[in-house]
Amino acid sequence: MSGNGKRGKILVVGGGISGLTAAIEAAEAGAEVVLVEKEAFLGGRVARSNLYFPKMCPPTCGLEINLRRVKTNPRIRVLTQATVERITGGPGAFKATLRKSPRFVNEKCTACGACVEVCPAERPNAFNLGLDSTRAVYLPFEMAYPARFVIDGDACLGAEKCGKCVEACAYGAIDLAMKPEMVEVEAAAVIWATGWDPPDASRFEGLGFGRYSNVINNVTMERLAAPSGPTKGKIQRPSDGRGLESIAFVQCAGSRDENYYKYCSGVCCLASLKQARYVREQFPEARIFVFYIDIRAPGRLEDFFVATKADDKLTLIKGKVARITEVPGTGGLTVEAEDTLSGLKVTQDVDMVVLATGMVPVGIGEAKVEGGIALDEHGFISIKQPLGGMFAAGVAKRPVDVAACNRDATGVALKALQHLSAE
Amino acid sequence: MEKNVAVYLCRGCDIGGALDMDALKAVATGEFKIALCKEHDCLCGDAGRELIRQDVQSGVNSIVVAACSQRFMVDAFTFDGVLTTRVNLREQVVWTQEPGNEDTDMMARDYLRMGIVRAQKANVPEPFQVEVDRTVMVVGGGITGLTAALDAAATGSPVVLVEKEAELGGWMKKWAKGIPHGPSYREPQATDIADLVAQVQADDRIKVHTGALIEKIVGQPGQFDVTLKANGNSGEFRVGSIVQATGWKPYDASKLGHLGYGASPDVITNVQMEEMLAKGRLTRPSDGNAPKRIAFIQCAGSRDQNHLPYCSGVCCRVTLKQALMVRAMSPETEAYILYKDIRSPGQYEDFYKRAQEDPGIFFAKAEVTGVLNGGPALRVEADDSLLGGKIQLEADLVVLATGMVPRSADGEMIRKYVDAKRIVEKGEAGAQLEAARKTVEELSGLEGGEILQLAYRQGPDLPVLKYDFPDSHFICFPYESRRTGVYPAGCVRAPMDSQGSREDGSGAALKAIQVLEVTSKGEAMHPRWGDMSYPEFALQRCTQCKRCTEECPFGTINEDAKGTPQPNLSRCRRCGICMGACPERIISFKDYSPEIVGSMIKSVEIPEEFDEKPRLLCLLCENDAYPALDTAGLKRLKHSRWIRFIPVRCLGSVNIVWISDALSRGFDGILLLGCKSGDDYQCHFIKGSELMETRSKNIQEKLKQLALEEERVRLELLPIDQPEKLVEIVNAFAEQIEDIGMNPFKGF
Repeated sequence: MSGNGKRGKILVVGGGISGLTAAIEAAEAGAEVVLVEKEAFLGGRVARSNLYFPKMCPPTCGLEINLRRVKTNPRIRVLTQATVERITGGPGAFKATLRKSPRFVNEKCTACGACVEVCPAERPNAFNLGLDSTRAVYLPFEMAYPARFVIDGDACLGAEKCGKCVEACAYGAIDLAMKPEMVEVEAAAVIWATGWDPPDASRFEGLGFGRYSNVINNVTMERLAAPSGPTKGKIQRPSDGRGLESIAFVQCAGSRDENYYKYCSGVCCLASLKQARYVREQFPEARIFVFYIDIRAPGRLEDFFVATKADDKLTLIKGKVARITEVPGTGGLTVEAEDTLSGLKVTQDVDMVVLATGMVPVGIGEAKVEGGIALDEHGFISIKQPLGGMFAAGVAKRPVDVAACNRDATGVALKALQHLSAE
Repeated sequence: MEKNVAVYLCRGCDIGGALDMDALKAVATGEFKIALCKEHDCLCGDAGRELIRQDVQSGVNSIVVAACSQRFMVDAFTFDGVLTTRVNLREQVVWTQEPGNEDTDMMARDYLRMGIVRAQKANVPEPFQVEVDRTVMVVGGGITGLTAALDAAATGSPVVLVEKEAELGGWMKKWAKGIPHGPSYREPQATDIADLVAQVQADDRIKVHTGALIEKIVGQPGQFDVTLKANGNSGEFRVGSIVQATGWKPYDASKLGHLGYGASPDVITNVQMEEMLAKGRLTRPSDGNAPKRIAFIQCAGSRDQNHLPYCSGVCCRVTLKQALMVRAMSPETEAYILYKDIRSPGQYEDFYKRAQEDPGIFFAKAEVTGVLNGGPALRVEADDSLLGGKIQLEADLVVLATGMVPRSADGEMIRKYVDAKRIVEKGEAGAQLEAARKTVEELSGLEGGEILQLAYRQGPDLPVLKYDFPDSHFICFPYESRRTGVYPAGCVRAPMDSQGSREDGSGAALKAIQVLEVTSKGEAMHPRWGDMSYPEFALQRCTQCKRCTEECPFGTINEDAKGTPQPNLSRCRRCGICMGACPERIISFKDYSPEIVGSMIKSVEIPEEFDEKPRLLCLLCENDAYPALDTAGLKRLKHSRWIRFIPVRCLGSVNIVWISDALSRGFDGILLLGCKSGDDYQCHFIKGSELMETRSKNIQEKLKQLALEEERVRLELLPIDQPEKLVEIVNAFAEQIEDIGMNPFKGF
């Protein structure tokens, strides 16, 4: 039996900050939890962020505590590299079929790293958004949990052609013959904490993403600024590795836009202000331009806006950016914005541009749910669902910041708990 | 139970190849006479664990696992009823030191000594269990409190709902419609507050007290005894935990004279506008005529350093709603919205869009400079933020979008006030009396402002953060409460909309239920969830210095009249700050105490002065600095061979006796590594590193007395994500101490 005199499990889909919080809070309240994550590690998007606004503190600080809570709580079962194939049944009695991809490394792995030294194959480092590479056998990131290596099946040369890691591993932890497995889980309630992906910004006409190497998006900026990132935290231009004398942040890139994403992602304003601080710390003289429609800093986050705005080399320009072009030969960029109300045109030359792109909900991915899942027109999972016992938490429900995800996930954990049956 | 210690040395992950394992084994079997000391090629593997399991079955109850960091393979080395001590030979020694080197071996042996000493001195904690009442008390019957009550009851918990007004429903009950919180997010939505009230009233698990005020709450999680005064009668009952959903009040519009409030009855607040919309008739207060032009002034007194510096986050959407409702009621009326930024995040953008599509709603980004009352209409004057120049707008009615102020009470300041008042009442002469008089004068506004009336030494209400919100300071842990078992929710915690309030009510209700589950087992709440150890006080040696009562970040300890601490262990979060504070060293945990850590420090072998091998001690926070050290190991970053690390629960748990003992033993330098303090503190126990900063000033005094260089003790605060910086600090410290030279107390 689980604690609190209740019986049954809660299935949490997604091991990012919302899923982790929902799983931990429910488990600490006495529930049995199965936490399913599609990546090989827990932490999701926050693990890939450099610092949180407004405290400018590293996400790994809170993750460390949360992972300790996971490690020490026998009521939480974690399945990584797993996705939901289908869910049948109803509240109190769901049956989920999960597909678990092979890690090719088993529980015997001690993370000693002997395998990496002999691995000849490389792969783009997905954790760093492909900005650098790792060997085919790799640890997802330094503080990854589970703290075990993973083999990228696509990059690995295989047992027949290579198999060097198998020999190098003293613990028998590598199993290149590992196959995908299907896992059946029974659950009284399901929490979808599937989070978000950044949009494909190359679709955004005129903004030059994918065309000009010095136009990057905000998630890339997080990796550039992170000490664990591809540049060890040094912010530099992708084209030539140079530092910055000027930079533009383009707010609402593809957001609040009839052609792409109509909604506001709610966090990009603060993310850009935070990134402006990264820039300021490394480049005390750099000029920073923020093109915006409205600066949305709700609650006490206003203080963060006010403090960042006080930077005398930071200029706020109200206007939606229409076009970004490269200055030939320099790698520099010209940003053109039009103020929709005044009709005035503004142009500004800068060394680098960060597109503040929004959050695109993952929804339920490829999963099949008997009875269906209600999404809103933007793809977020609705609060009201046709099936009881099904809930969304965090950005799967609406675009919000980390604090709001945690608040929401804690509340949703209680809603899920209500579906456990009395002993 | 008699202690039966066994030592296991792992040879895996380069350990066996880099270290003199025989010498290491001799420490256990020779120095410490441990009969059972085994080596294995891979302790965490099946065979290694089986080896330990068999010994446990034959009576071993304290194991020393000398292998990798305590942060890895947690499950592998956890055995029921057995005390596990991890000795980190991997990340801390072989991955960061020269293999086959004398100093590396000395380091490994020191860590093993410390581990064995801990294994001998520490004990498996036995839980402190109290009888737990599972009732959740919700204070406040608005949307947050109603949701918290219903959600808690739906899990089977008994609930007591306390509301000071005569009726349930709070502000929402007064609104005709709300912001849309679901698809299509375009039209004002009917609220279901009446339905929620009806559900609460119909739920026999929920006991409702209206017209009620709390007179007193005594106790701790699981055992809060509440005295309530409702409709003239006092009653007492017991609850287990508390959700504070006391909501908000509108910012005092009488302070907004510059926006015309008070000068004309036709300048009203958004709350007054709600009342008018609820009545279903739009009228100008001055003459009862229907207004043709309404100006909405956003951020009235908000985002304003002279009033409320923060944004209330909902007023933009409330105005959009009011404008759309006005237009629906009276299509010939026009609405002008003067704003700084329209804040309609997420899907609420659709709602903004809907208002923009209305031909009778006009938006202007403007800084309102004044509202003048001259002639038949009001004149709003503003600076146009976009085009420059002035805007003048005639309006029949002006609606000020005022923000939300939390209905909170500053527990710590109230305590200060009460203490000062007591001094004044006693009337003893002296400088203290003067200061107390001043405090009483300054804080007299707090008189009678108590809400929860907690009988806590540290004050009757939750401590508040900036702008009086009793919120958590942690992004990751919104329900981190500085009073265990008491969880603020809704607009008292932070400004939020009704949907946010509901979700917050559910979240706080979860914590209120969780704390009872956890307390019933004698476990700690976050961040040391599951910890069964608790502080024990050897009160016969207490000198009533009150440091423990003052410094506990969670208000765990009350005092009797003489100042003797009276711990309430269910409030305790097990950080050990009281233990660090106590000058008499009378506070200890079964597995963590001044004696245990002190003995570990003393077990380190101190080479003689002329060996020129300095010894440095580093006490570091296990939550942030220690993981950073592990990461440094993973990255094979070399650190000084002179240092010996000991993780501590929090830097605030460091008792300065450890430091003076280490110095008198001959350690040459002591490094303290903790988390950031200050406004954006990262300490998981709120003020651990801040307290250490204060204590280290006393240490400097001590160094002076001993005629030692003040550089010998250094405190550094660094975040978890900077392993390189950590190694840099350690190595720079080692160099500096080498420059200063050896501790002259060595060998005494």
